[in-house]
Amino acid sequence: MAYGPMGFSLLEGAAPTFGVSAFDSQPLFPSENWRLCNPASGEAPADCATTHPLAWTDIWITNHILMAVIGAILVIAFWLIVSHKPQVVPSKRQWAGEYVYNLLRNGVGREIIGENYHKYVPWLVALFSFIMINNLFGSFFLVMFPTFSVIGFAWGLALLSYLLYNYVGIRKHGFFRYVKNMIVPNDVPGPLLILIVPLEFLSNFIIRPITLGLRLFANLFAGHLLIMIFVVGGSWLLTYTEHNLVYNVAGALSLLISFGLFALELLVAYLQAYIFTVLTAQYVASAEAESH
Amino acid sequence: MNPLEGTGPLGPLLPEHISEFVVGIVLFIIICLIVWKVIVPRFETMYAERTESIRGGIDRAEQAQAEAEAALAQYRQRLATADDEAAKIREAAKQAGAQIQADMRTQAEQDAARIVSSARVQVEAEKTAAIETLRKDVGTMATTLAGKILGESLDDDARVSRTVDSFISSLSEDSPQK
Repeated sequence: MAYGPMGFSLLEGAAPTFGVSAFDSQPLFPSENWRLCNPASGEAPADCATTHPLAWTDIWITNHILMAVIGAILVIAFWLIVSHKPQVVPSKRQWAGEYVYNLLRNGVGREIIGENYHKYVPWLVALFSFIMINNLFGSFFLVMFPTFSVIGFAWGLALLSYLLYNYVGIRKHGFFRYVKNMIVPNDVPGPLLILIVPLEFLSNFIIRPITLGLRLFANLFAGHLLIMIFVVGGSWLLTYTEHNLVYNVAGALSLLISFGLFALELLVAYLQAYIFTVLTAQYVASAEAESH
Repeated sequence: MNPLEGTGPLGPLLPEHISEFVVGIVLFIIICLIVWKVIVPRFETMYAERTESIRGGIDRAEQAQAEAEAALAQYRQRLATADDEAAKIREAAKQAGAQIQADMRTQAEQDAARIVSSARVQVEAEKTAAIETLRKDVGTMATTLAGKILGESLDDDARVSRTVDSFISSLSEDSPQK
């Protein structure tokens, strides 16, 4: 990927560079350190020990960070606009916002968490909209990269949801009762507990956050990989003139298929945002429940 | 770098940079705070207003309905009272009519009885007077007749019978005088 002045062309879509994948984050303002240490720059990695005073920008000001920030700004802007001076009889703008808000407030919060759902609505709304907009970046022509196919972001949200449901459970039941609720199911005969308790512990305290983060990451990672194969590979084949027409036909075909894949990605973008939100609500509900 | 190889022992499952992890968390917390403090209150206030306005409309409609029902009940009650009163008045009028009729009949009967009795008394008196007169006159007439008979020739049968006839006719002429 070529580096230039800050702009959207930096995020994705530049000519591929060997040794650099679209999933690598790129600094927006590469420091001297980056030039020396990046294997793609052609310099010897041995000189990498020098630490430039601006080296931190190579990690903290990157294309993916910028995407996430833009996504967050868009989400906040969306909610501020649709909820601006709400009327009892909604305008179209307000109705659109209410539609999404109700989906999360009633469809997810009230349906799954139950009577105490009100205090979790902000969390669910923020979670869904932040994931949704970053997923849509994967099919948006200026960005063309789903932020959550970078696993750091997915782990961050998974950790937050993990902390949330454990905090809720411990605050409500106290630490020991909460852990007992979570790992000792009711109505299980004694000997089976030897089997069930470790499984429940594994499932509720270890597998849950890992699957939460992995599911989001893997879906978008694989989806973006597929799209790249069909679009980049297809356009390469379409313009390949060395041998025969079969390559070009295959390239055209794979570009056509990529349209379907984009449609699928739109579905996946929504579905993964929704699943992440629903599962978080589900975990909160199970942590709040009297018995498991 | 091959995206499937990643940078660490866990392949692509570890973040490339810690910055992604931290920035993701920070951004989410910022969004969550704004949604919590600004967006949700806006929507919830509006929902409360909407609920209030719908409930207010229902309350007003219920109030109007209650008022209409009260008015109807009052109207029905008044109608029933009026019916009762009309029936009472009719009953009273009927009774008064019957009373008047009965009074008049009694009056008429009394009058008739009085008239009849007075007529009877008069007739009785006249009869008595007639008998008195007759008794008084019979002697006179008998004397007159005898004089007449004696005044005439008693041998003449024709004259006798003529005399008797004239007497009787005079009687007949006299009697209507009473």
